[in-house]
Amino acid sequence: MTLQHELPSTGMPGYNFAYLDETTKRAIRRGLLKAVAIPGFQVPFGGREMPMPYGWGTGGIQATASILGLDDVLKVIDQGADDTTNAVSIRNFFKQVAGVASATRTTEATIIQTRHRIPETPLQNGQILVFQVPIPEPLRFIEPSESETAAMHALGDYGVMHVKLYEDIVRHGRIATRYAYPVEVNGRYVMDPSPIPRFDNPKLHMNPALLLFGAGREKRLYALPPYTRVVSLDFEDHPFEIPRWESACAICGSTESYLDELIVDDQGTRRYVCSDTDWCETRAAVGEKTT
Amino acid sequence: MSALSCDTLLESRARRRADADEDSPENFSEATTPRPAWAAESPLLQAEHVTRLFGPEQGCQDVSFTLYPGEVLGLAGESGSGKSTLLAALSGRLLPEAGHVRYHDGKDWLDVHAVGESRRRTLLRTEWGFVEQNPRDGLRMSVSAGANIGERLMAQGARHYGKLRQAALDWLRHVEIEPARIDDTPGSFSGGMRQRLQIARNLVSFPRLVFMDEPTGGLDVSVQARILDLLRNLVRELKLSVVLVTHDLAVARLLADRLMVMRRSRIVEAGLTDQILDDPQHPYTQLLVSSILKV
Amino acid sequence: MYVAVKGGERAIENAHRLLAHKRRGNPEAPELAVSQIREQMFLAVARVMSEGALHDPGLAALALKQAAGDLVEAVFLLRAYRTTLPRFCGSRPLDTGEMRIERRISASYKDLPGGQRLGATFDYTHRLLDFALLAEGEYPAPRMDAPPPAASASAPEGDAVPHVMHLLAREGLVEEAGSPNGAPVSAPPPDITREPISFPAARAKRLQILARGDEGFLLALGYSTQRGYGRNHPFAGEIRIGRVDVWLETEELPFPVPTGEIEVSECEMLNQFVGGRGQPPQFTRGYGLAFGQAERKAMAMALIDRALRAGEYGEEAGAPAQQEEFVLAHCDNVEAAGFVSHLKLPHYVDFQSELDLIRTLRREYLNAQTPGPRPAHADAAHGEAHDTLEETHS
Repeated sequence: MTLQHELPSTGMPGYNFAYLDETTKRAIRRGLLKAVAIPGFQVPFGGREMPMPYGWGTGGIQATASILGLDDVLKVIDQGADDTTNAVSIRNFFKQVAGVASATRTTEATIIQTRHRIPETPLQNGQILVFQVPIPEPLRFIEPSESETAAMHALGDYGVMHVKLYEDIVRHGRIATRYAYPVEVNGRYVMDPSPIPRFDNPKLHMNPALLLFGAGREKRLYALPPYTRVVSLDFEDHPFEIPRWESACAICGSTESYLDELIVDDQGTRRYVCSDTDWCETRAAVGEKTT
Repeated sequence: MSALSCDTLLESRARRRADADEDSPENFSEATTPRPAWAAESPLLQAEHVTRLFGPEQGCQDVSFTLYPGEVLGLAGESGSGKSTLLAALSGRLLPEAGHVRYHDGKDWLDVHAVGESRRRTLLRTEWGFVEQNPRDGLRMSVSAGANIGERLMAQGARHYGKLRQAALDWLRHVEIEPARIDDTPGSFSGGMRQRLQIARNLVSFPRLVFMDEPTGGLDVSVQARILDLLRNLVRELKLSVVLVTHDLAVARLLADRLMVMRRSRIVEAGLTDQILDDPQHPYTQLLVSSILKV
Repeated sequence: MYVAVKGGERAIENAHRLLAHKRRGNPEAPELAVSQIREQMFLAVARVMSEGALHDPGLAALALKQAAGDLVEAVFLLRAYRTTLPRFCGSRPLDTGEMRIERRISASYKDLPGGQRLGATFDYTHRLLDFALLAEGEYPAPRMDAPPPAASASAPEGDAVPHVMHLLAREGLVEEAGSPNGAPVSAPPPDITREPISFPAARAKRLQILARGDEGFLLALGYSTQRGYGRNHPFAGEIRIGRVDVWLETEELPFPVPTGEIEVSECEMLNQFVGGRGQPPQFTRGYGLAFGQAERKAMAMALIDRALRAGEYGEEAGAPAQQEEFVLAHCDNVEAAGFVSHLKLPHYVDFQSELDLIRTLRREYLNAQTPGPRPAHADAAHGEAHDTLEETHS
């Protein structure tokens, strides 16, 4: 990921390496550096229009484009899977405009761009996970005004965040927030971890990899540097809990991964499979070898 | 702060007060009004020549006073006299163009407008309260009564759902709202109940100083009486200091120890409430008093 | 063993091939040339350029062809292309006072220096479908040998016509504009494409966002101010459409360089203001500018510009069109279309979480209906509370 001023052209005539021009990439990297320096703080950046629609990962794509180098190996997942249409589309985009190698194996990738999941395979120091973020502001649905939420972050005025969780318990008997579950970063900023299921929240804590978050439409970047303390908000008597499944994956038999529900016939018969396709395939392959 | 029972908090308050008594400042001598009996303690709030004008005689100018712990100071005057502007300036919501407002936080004197937004917000959700005339402005209308009461505690770090609920139930009882309504939103409450909920929401953190802007304005007379009664008891029980804006001298008579009468942005008369109401000196105060006595 | 559906890559490829077929339509009809779109659908081209924030009629026409006439899609194509263009330098502010006028009207004065000029307009046409246009190729073309009629009217093309606002400003009847027309601006204006907007926004930033804003959204909001949601009593002080020179200021050269001319539509609204806050009574103004011939857009923009200035004049600002964050955060159709369309993307994971929750809650609800121990969280009093109305006043 070293910066090169003269990057070789890569199959897409008329476009720079990784689509964005070098000045723009540098501006985004400056934003990312600031984000790393202030974990959980939303850094405004001059987001550009990308050739994919807003809401389809433009923030993550810009972050990836600005850090991508020739020797990187890129993995793109959506809902945990490498073969969902949007993941395919984004991976093809980078193949086209940057010509970088891609991988589906979590362990082989240097940069993983993701929407809605953190891979089950533990990440390593040196890897970068780039999240696509639709709405970066964890306070947005309590306080619609941007000026007010900015003040609340600046002053650490986060009482309302627990008001929301309190109301959850009043209405549902439990904290009903299932994804985009708010976290406190390094004892300071409250952060939206993007719409990952709360199953993935514990993976944020002290993760050895660098976690970058890009919100294109809202023009914000934020980050969790490696080994950052991340606490999911909760109450002492209603502690944060991870959902567990009664079933196992129908393919690999995993009981510790996040499972997608599938309806396999007209009678509504349900099956569960791993949402992380690489995790599932790797386990299934090992299973076949051993049996 | 996880221990939320009223007793514990009251104790800690008492301790804080005791600490505060030890370093009483000598710089601020009271000149304008006679020093009342309870003024043995050090002052809590000091206004010095506070001025904020929007036009000639619109707003407030040259207002000075000292407020002591446990004291209720009434601000009376007709609408447009500058009461609400003064209240906004005192509570840090509005920056005065001249003068200072100082608050003693138990240790030091703070310039309310110079301490910065962060400290001011912290004050407003801990040691201070603000009761709005319209409870809609002071409540979160979309969340339950319990959450409304619990918000200050959560902002201060309370993280025990059960204890938060217990505090909310206690406070609903204090302000005479049926505890069973704890999970209802204020939208289903009557005007009087909303106002009492707003009072509970403010008092749950046991503030030392509460600003009230016409707390009974817009309510029926019978509802008013009940709230005034409630406020009087709470003020005594919790030893609250209050700056109370009212256009209604009857409200002032009931709640305020001391009274300042405002007219056209200036204080025209100040003193003990009973003295002023029984023997008004300024012609405008005389007019006000005579108009209420007729009722 | 169940095998999850694969082949997203194939599906995408096929979908795009299908789209290419549909775009071409029936091959018996002749294919549209980009030049035809540029020349004959110039109003669509203008809109795509404005909202795409790139003045290039050729590329806008290409975008329209590629998008099969979907304007928002064409705007998006142009914006995405704009991202890849390096920025060399900025231009001087356009001097619309030096505009070579094609159309110029004022609703405030019957006659004024420079006169009224209708230009090419749909105004006063009767909206009757013209079936003569159906006869492709045989329809008698407008006589191209004679000069277009407008050029022969009052002032010959090329004469500068003074702004109505200047006439009023001379008497102090209207507030001064932020910076005098054409004069070089000392500090470079902010650029919303380089630094993200923060609120409250400077007027320069607001106007930039409105200029790229969706015409339909701005039109509806502008309309709402006329119907009383933030009424500001507008008069169309002046609408002018024509060509203006673009001058570049480069770091290398000590003088500005002309790079050509572009067509723009400009609207200056005059709005009532009675004075106050230490200002004498005078008219206030709202401003709109768009590429090409786009006066509906320019007028809507001017209405909203004025509505968003409510705070400057101490006006009550409760209507939607007066809410800066609301208007500016939602007027960009590339952002809006993207975020609405992203609902089509898979949300399996989030949905799965919700599914689990709803199943659990339903189970608890149904258990609570049948006699037996209630779940721990249900407060004993909850539910019955509503029966006792504690207070009957108010």
